[in-house]
Amino acid sequence: MVHPILKLVAQRIALGILLLFAASVLIFVGTQILPGDVAQSILGQSATPETLANLRAELGLNDPPLTRYFNWLGGVLQGDLGNALTNGQNIAEAMGKRLGNTLFLAGTAALVAVPLAIGLGLLSVRYRNRWPDKVISTVTLATISVPEFLIGYIAVYIFSVQLRWLPSLATVYDDMSLGERLTAISLPVLVLVLAVLGHMMRTTRAAILNVLESAYVETAELKGLAPFTIIARHALPNAVAPVITVVMLNMAYLVVGVVVVEVVFVYPGMGQYLVDHVSKRDVPVVQACGLVFAAIYISLNLVADLVSILANPRLRHPK
Amino acid sequence: MKDNLDLILEHVEAVRMNRRAFLNRTAAFGVAAALGGAVLPQAARAEEPKKGGTLKMGWGGGETTDTLDPALADSPVPFVVGRQWGDTIVNVTADGKIEPRLAESFETNADGTEWKFAIRQGVKFHDGTDMTVADVVATFKRHSDENSKSGAFGIMQGISEITADGNTVVMKLATGNADLPYLLSDYHLVVQKNGGMDEPASPIGTGPWKLLTAEPGVRYTFEKNTGDWDTTRGHYDSVEIIVINDATARTSALQSGQVNIINRIDPKVAKLLGQTPGIVVENVSGRGHYVFNMSANTAPFDNADLRKALRLAINRQEMVDKILDGYGGIGNDIPVNAAYPLFTALPQREYDPVKAAEHYKASGHDGTPIVLIVADTAFPGAVDAAALFQQSAAACGIPLEIQRVPDDGYWSDVWNVKPFHASYWGGRPVQDQMWSTAYLSTADWNDTKYFNTDLDALILQARAETDVAKRTELYKQVSEIVYNDGGVICPMFNDFIDARTDTIAGYSKDPNYEAMGGFASSKTWFA
Repeated sequence: MVHPILKLVAQRIALGILLLFAASVLIFVGTQILPGDVAQSILGQSATPETLANLRAELGLNDPPLTRYFNWLGGVLQGDLGNALTNGQNIAEAMGKRLGNTLFLAGTAALVAVPLAIGLGLLSVRYRNRWPDKVISTVTLATISVPEFLIGYIAVYIFSVQLRWLPSLATVYDDMSLGERLTAISLPVLVLVLAVLGHMMRTTRAAILNVLESAYVETAELKGLAPFTIIARHALPNAVAPVITVVMLNMAYLVVGVVVVEVVFVYPGMGQYLVDHVSKRDVPVVQACGLVFAAIYISLNLVADLVSILANPRLRHPK
Repeated sequence: MKDNLDLILEHVEAVRMNRRAFLNRTAAFGVAAALGGAVLPQAARAEEPKKGGTLKMGWGGGETTDTLDPALADSPVPFVVGRQWGDTIVNVTADGKIEPRLAESFETNADGTEWKFAIRQGVKFHDGTDMTVADVVATFKRHSDENSKSGAFGIMQGISEITADGNTVVMKLATGNADLPYLLSDYHLVVQKNGGMDEPASPIGTGPWKLLTAEPGVRYTFEKNTGDWDTTRGHYDSVEIIVINDATARTSALQSGQVNIINRIDPKVAKLLGQTPGIVVENVSGRGHYVFNMSANTAPFDNADLRKALRLAINRQEMVDKILDGYGGIGNDIPVNAAYPLFTALPQREYDPVKAAEHYKASGHDGTPIVLIVADTAFPGAVDAAALFQQSAAACGIPLEIQRVPDDGYWSDVWNVKPFHASYWGGRPVQDQMWSTAYLSTADWNDTKYFNTDLDALILQARAETDVAKRTELYKQVSEIVYNDGGVICPMFNDFIDARTDTIAGYSKDPNYEAMGGFASSKTWFA
């Protein structure tokens, strides 16, 4: 018999792939019902009926939607995302750079936010209901409640306009060194960290408090371990499932949900790229972006699921 | 036409400094009184532009989808990028005259049907090859081809033949056009190597700046073209254009000193920004205007009385004060203003609730709310302007219903389609172009759907008329028809508002477009 954990993992992955297909259908349908005609928006307002008809035929817009969907899906499965309608650029190439930028920003923010959130969560459990806990909770809940663009503008006002310490423009270029890049993105990273910190910190705190009720924690206390060692060594590993789920959710958010932050700090990431092409009705690019976003979202959630499964000893060591 | 020497002197003068700035500065040193008139030119010569530095421009209006093909430029960033690396054969000066650029001089026959442009010799492209008359002809031919999708196609359509004769480009027109040089100053018509026939998006031009890198929607960098044919321009070592579409991000980039010039200041923050130490707001009244378009061929707007009623039911001064915060001029339901050559002012139409109510009654409209479609993208403050219009119309007993729609798809589904909507016009260098683009019955962009053969005849007659007095009279008649009967409600002309750090010298007013007509980088320097 197959190890149940292998079976579970295989099931999850199959489910993820199925979800991705479902998402591709939704993306395709969504781009078809966008207001405005693709051919019309490419040719602009001076389009004549003949040129419109020609372009429609060229783009295959006259084929039935089902045929177009499978044509598109076929291309994607072979790694061909097509060319942008607006400037003819290869989508995979143009998007690759933007995706790289987005992942760099999200990755840096996650590198700061995740350890910080978990650390603060542990700290607030250690001092629960005392002043460090209250300060941490109040501050992180406050920053999560304020809209990101406002935090962004406030940060720009303080650190760029008044103090002139950090740049307000986070535009990154090819010829920048890593140090220059990190300086450029320092303010957006700050804003993103503040935006996701609260959620992760609160979940860590709640999950660990839950575990602290259990008998083995009492045992550890009776052994005479220091409170922080109990929390970090015994409680945290057993609270990892809910924590990792929230961490992954927030990481997905850092990748796909930061359009506003990109706009405020003029960061050349995926969000702005997508918005520009939506407004020009550049459907192949929109579909490609949608698919990449869906894939990132689904795979991060998949990772969360798998880690939760693996973190559960009952699943790892079945009878 | 002015002779060349005069124009070159004028240009030299323009890039130095304006007279008032000079007098202010010398007055500050307490030397103005001591200086005799004869000493002034010498003192001015001492104020030669300083060389060096990197100018950073924070520009709104660029997208990832932009290309370098000047034919396809249709927003502020592609426009200003083309101004860096390219030249047109002529330019329009700040005071509305024609300045020869890659053309050295030009002449026309009596009825404006044949034009000759002598092309400047010894001009080199950025790759070191000579710019020849063949390149100019090829450029114009490319933009005359519908397949190029050029924004200047409408202009080129009127030219039936383009040939080279020695070093002269000869253009023959089916119907005369006295404004042809103005039309050829269009920013799409940048002279490219072999006209861009081989590589439409190749940025090899004759301009003051050579393109180094281009990341559409992100950043463009340029270095000085050391072999520039015009040695009076281009004082910086390099120029950088950073695309910043968010207005707040743009202003904070200027305030934090990361960029030196920004465009498109929101009128609502212009005054406040101007009070910031180290920042100067530069506004110039232009030809751009905001409109509410009524389709004159669609019920209920096919009723002339209803159109009149709505024109009288809008408070134009209130719009200028509240929507533009004073940074603009009052509109008068015609698409031209004093910034245009050959303009005749018509009596200012006022907000008149009594008369509006009379015309509304005379129109026999059944009292159902009149739907006005508006989106934020129509013009800055469009939604607020529509609300003001609704209030002022309600006071006349005219019910307006505001239908706010998303920006998305506005320009393909609402503008030029729906019978009553908000929109804007960027303005054109000459009256003929403005009227021909949007008020001829045959125009694609006749967005008020106003079809009047008398008006068409007058516009075409004025176009070919080379006598200035007669032409002025014809344009007055054109204006009067649209003013009294047309489908356009024009409440205001907007200013171009830029802002710069006070380290920039040589900035002057140019009503042609924002940032000194796009030439800020070639004409200014670090003080």
